[in-house]
Amino acid sequence: MHKGIRNWGPPLLLISPTIIILGIFVYGLIGANVSVAMSNRHSLQPATEFVWFDNFIELLTEDRFLHSLLNLLVFTVIFMVGTMFFGFLWAWMLDKGVTAEGGFRSIYLFPMAVSFVASGVVWRWLLNSAEGDRASGLNRMLETIGLGFLQNSWWNTPIWGMAAIAMPAIWQLSGYVMALFLSGFRGIPEELREAARMDGATEWQLYRHVIFPQLNPVMLSALVIVAHMSLKVFDLIMSITGAIYQTEVPHTYMWIALTSNDYAKSAAIATVLLALVCVFIIPYLVHLARSEKRTR
Amino acid sequence: MSVQTGLERAASPRDIAVAPTAGKAKRRLGRTAKYVILIGFVIVVLMPVYVLIVTSLKPPSDVNPATSWGLPVRWPWEPAVDGGPTGFDNWTTAWSTLAAPIGRTFLLAIPASLISALLGSMNGFVLSRWRFPHADIVFTLILFGMFIPYQAIMTPLVQMKTSLGMPSDISTLIIVHIIFGLPICTLIFRNYYVSIPNELMEAARVDGAGMLTAYWRIVLPLSLPGFVVTIIWQFTSAWNDYLFALFLTNVQGGPVSLALVNLSQGAQLANYGAAMAGALIASVPTLLVYILLGKYFIGGLMSGSVKS
Repeated sequence: MHKGIRNWGPPLLLISPTIIILGIFVYGLIGANVSVAMSNRHSLQPATEFVWFDNFIELLTEDRFLHSLLNLLVFTVIFMVGTMFFGFLWAWMLDKGVTAEGGFRSIYLFPMAVSFVASGVVWRWLLNSAEGDRASGLNRMLETIGLGFLQNSWWNTPIWGMAAIAMPAIWQLSGYVMALFLSGFRGIPEELREAARMDGATEWQLYRHVIFPQLNPVMLSALVIVAHMSLKVFDLIMSITGAIYQTEVPHTYMWIALTSNDYAKSAAIATVLLALVCVFIIPYLVHLARSEKRTR
Repeated sequence: MSVQTGLERAASPRDIAVAPTAGKAKRRLGRTAKYVILIGFVIVVLMPVYVLIVTSLKPPSDVNPATSWGLPVRWPWEPAVDGGPTGFDNWTTAWSTLAAPIGRTFLLAIPASLISALLGSMNGFVLSRWRFPHADIVFTLILFGMFIPYQAIMTPLVQMKTSLGMPSDISTLIIVHIIFGLPICTLIFRNYYVSIPNELMEAARVDGAGMLTAYWRIVLPLSLPGFVVTIIWQFTSAWNDYLFALFLTNVQGGPVSLALVNLSQGAQLANYGAAMAGALIASVPTLLVYILLGKYFIGGLMSGSVKS
């Protein structure tokens, strides 16, 4: 009995504050959120009844919400493709040996240190939708360098406007993906490359059969992180366009619902968002826990 | 036979005589192309910074969308003939608006990073050394808190704040950042402590040290790198946070992110010069962290990737 307390007591003492805090503020609040989402609390008045899935059905049949989901999808696809492309390209070029590698690396990575709110100030201006004589930002630059036909109204364009919003996000996070890939490249032992070259592998075969397979775990984590960042996009949109219909995603819609005291709706939107993130994260966490067990 | 052909190939004139010179020229071309591309990307990445700096130095009369890429017609140190505002005024306006919020953000980021890091270190120690039943599940449940979209807890959190009468200021944000920083801090420390050799812990046990003594005497003194990484991570995420700030505080008592958005999208005609000076000022602390502690900053980012 005493031995039990001596073995179990101290670790429990150390970890219990966190378990209690997270139990309340993560799991408790998620539960509370779902219960608000199933109530009819559409104003400051307390809920009078439990409506189960009515709020969700209403949401998923509402054009405005579907529009915000579509926006989120467009943003996510463009953002993921963009960061993976530039991140990989930069890492690959730097990996092959470059003087001043540290300089390039720091410059590509630095936007990561800046907040979306601060970069939003300048991107709001760069993505200004005026064209022609009144053009500013990117439109003005395209005009100046003779690519005037590429001018467009950026985030004011329906659907593809979200691709414009993804540009600053790509600018900000490609360097991070580069850092991940670079560490992946550096993790491949030189002997492995030498051995493949000795066997007469061409540069392409070397990549196809030796390097890419070794990069798979890095690519998986990069994809999961970028996807999950993308599904959380909020700061960037709020600081560039504010909560407006053209660039509405569920996150900004939820802010509008909450500030108009429609608690049930705001909680329902949040529940849908949580479900979306879980689709990516739960398999990933299970995969991590399993591979963790194997290495023990 | 295959060895034979291999030797023949190696000895063929194409490989020895021709290839090196042709290859050299080709390689030089390839190298030049690579640098051109890399430098091209440097220019693209730095473009927004150029616009920020140049615009912040322009007098308000010169901040015209049509000349957004041009250098200032009049630099801040060349005062206007009529004594009107210069580029310096952008900076003084931005500073007078942001000084108080920046102070509040330091008051937020410092305790939020120190306390989360300390709790994370304790958790990481327990989870890396102590195989209690279902430890993996507990760890996964803690990690999950890192990945949830905070919107998923925001509605009840706002209601909770209202019903408990918590203030719309930094004190509420400190608590929230400590709580939601716990998962990432736990993860970073756990991954760090896994690398401490078991023999060290065994030796402590042989010497009769209990778990708490071992943590206090052996593990904590070894933890400096872990603390550096978690504190950098927590400091930058608290500094850059906008979501919690917007939902839980107001501009009068909120952090710098809220004040900056207010400055750039204010009700009055947006003063772009001042907003851009403000964006630069608000980025200084995180950029300093990045420049001074760059190596660890990348380490912190990597830890965010769970395991790479």
